[in-house]
Amino acid sequence: MLQPDSPPERPGVAADPAPDGAHLAVEPEAVSVASQWKLMWWRFRRHRLAMAGLIVTALFYFVAVFADFLAPYGSGTFESEHTYAPPQTLRIVDTSGDGWDWGLYVHGYRAERDPETLELRYAVDEATRIPVRLFAEGETYRLFGLFETDIHLFGTADPDAPPVHLLGADRLGRDQLSRIIHGTRISMSVGLIGVSVAFVLGILLGGVSGYVGGKTDTVIQRVVEFFMSLPTLPLWLGLAAAVPRDWGPLTRYFAITVVLSFVAWTGLAREVRGRFLSLREEDFVTAAKLDGVGRPGVIFRHMLPSFTSHLIATLTLSIPAMILAETALSFLGLGLQAPVVSWGVLLQEAQQIRVISTAPWLLLPGLAVVTAVLALNFLGDGLRDAADPYRR
Amino acid sequence: MLSFLGRRLLYMVPTLFLISVVSFAIIQLPPGDYLTALTSEMEAQGETVDNVQLEALRARYGLGEPFHVQYWKWISGIVSDLDFGQSFEWGRPVSTLLADRLPLTVALAGATLLFTWLVALPIGIYSAVKQYSIGDYLATTLGLLGLATPNFLLALLLMWIAFSTFGLSVGRPNAVTLAIAVVVLGTAGTAGLIRILRANLLDELRKPYVVAARAQGLPERRLLVKYPLRVAMNPFFSTIGWLLPGLVGGEVIVATVINLDTVGPLLLGALQSQDMYLAGSIILILSALTVIGTLISDIALAWLDPRVRLRYR
Repeated sequence: MLQPDSPPERPGVAADPAPDGAHLAVEPEAVSVASQWKLMWWRFRRHRLAMAGLIVTALFYFVAVFADFLAPYGSGTFESEHTYAPPQTLRIVDTSGDGWDWGLYVHGYRAERDPETLELRYAVDEATRIPVRLFAEGETYRLFGLFETDIHLFGTADPDAPPVHLLGADRLGRDQLSRIIHGTRISMSVGLIGVSVAFVLGILLGGVSGYVGGKTDTVIQRVVEFFMSLPTLPLWLGLAAAVPRDWGPLTRYFAITVVLSFVAWTGLAREVRGRFLSLREEDFVTAAKLDGVGRPGVIFRHMLPSFTSHLIATLTLSIPAMILAETALSFLGLGLQAPVVSWGVLLQEAQQIRVISTAPWLLLPGLAVVTAVLALNFLGDGLRDAADPYRR
Repeated sequence: MLSFLGRRLLYMVPTLFLISVVSFAIIQLPPGDYLTALTSEMEAQGETVDNVQLEALRARYGLGEPFHVQYWKWISGIVSDLDFGQSFEWGRPVSTLLADRLPLTVALAGATLLFTWLVALPIGIYSAVKQYSIGDYLATTLGLLGLATPNFLLALLLMWIAFSTFGLSVGRPNAVTLAIAVVVLGTAGTAGLIRILRANLLDELRKPYVVAARAQGLPERRLLVKYPLRVAMNPFFSTIGWLLPGLVGGEVIVATVINLDTVGPLLLGALQSQDMYLAGSIILILSALTVIGTLISDIALAWLDPRVRLRYR
């Protein structure tokens, strides 16, 4: 039943009424001398969902960085013989012959003609066997744009064998797994870059507003309120439609991230302003001022560091919204456009119900979106809780 | 209360003016105009374009004139006799186009609001009262999933299930597709509301007045409904403000999957073909609705919550 005096707690955080450092499972002496980052980390570690979020997020960014190596094929590589080819299962043991035959392989494809629609469709053919190996040779690429290599995490043992599609293929016979991996790079970085733009705007305007106060504060707050009163999605749609169509993929990418951050900075500016307002009255700020520290010094050396952790948490929590927005814009055809591959661009292929019913694996980029957004949300929640290590 | 209302109404005037300028500026942002878009499209199809005719059209719609002149023409028409201009693509006045589609849009908005409230209220209360029960964890998980899933993905999934499992026709709008649209549009809002309601209610339940009331022997159910719930319900009224614009925004996306004759797809098409008066008018109307909606929810809040009301005395 209701326990009115139980401490405020969040699901996933173990409740522990023990005072000071005891709940952090560290020696009390260690707590009294630990830095704030250390305290944060100790607290964060106890939040299991947040740890899971951290691991999954790190994995996504790992995939984004090593996309060229992890993806068996390039994002545009197609095999016209494999339109809408279904996913193949990676097998380890072959029991079809006598005894067990170890070694990675997949079954090949067999073309079938639909008796009703006369459409050519592909099915997994149990009779054929395509050997697969780790660190196989494939297309050449430049890792980080520096080293030229042709080693991929896995691929067909024979470089000339028909391509393997562990997650199926799309309308043009492009490998879905490779495209999702390449899409990770764009989708995950849109959030990061967009947030950094919003971050600069938010800190600058919010900081000025909160620190200077008075008339400046009123003006900036009116501007923020105005931006907040605009409906987000129509604004995004309008601005994204305004990006010229003949811009190159890279310029377009930056334009879209700027459009996305255009709306996100307002919330951040409010947060920063609130922090500044409360910190302005703190004793250590007054002390710094009396000591003759200049205005930039007070702001950047004394005030900013004391709420950096909160800022990081807020930033992490605003990345998922950007990822979702980019996906939606690209899905509508207003965001990024082929040949750039993002999860939203991939989902454009899955707009028709009929297409999905023949090739449900085209919805898989959506799973990537949901996982990434959830992981970032958990991570952000955990960071927010940990940002204040002295509060229990 | 009256001074509160008056001040809010006064604030609205400059906001609405700025909104109209921004809406017009957004649709002027793309290089070229509807006629250049039309020309390039016709040339791509191998047709020749009559330059004299183009110039005549440009003069008729005032497309060559500077920004402020065009803006003035547009806004004075709207203010004086609700004339939103002509849609180039449809060849009809914007106001009749909108009049055709607004009823369904508003009906959808109402249904979604009802759905959101009806689902969020009981679940939110349950997961706050029975904190850390299996049901609470289930609701929290589902809520997080609902927030993390893009609208259109959910629409695709539901339509696919309806299509492949129940053999439903998905080409034309029917009762089932409308129901799917309401569920899809309401999911994110519902998930958000459940989260807020749960957190608010938990905060309230810990306050001393609840203990006092309980100690005096007030039955649990009456206590809950009469005091903490009333306070925790506030976010329900603030949803009115962003409901319609948020809905049309979400609907743009959902309507590409589910065929709906609402304002959303109209906006998307207008933005893509640079049909400036149509796109600008829709953005303007939506923004104005947001401002008015925020006002309505503020009034509702002030009316229902004495603390808000008294602050403006």
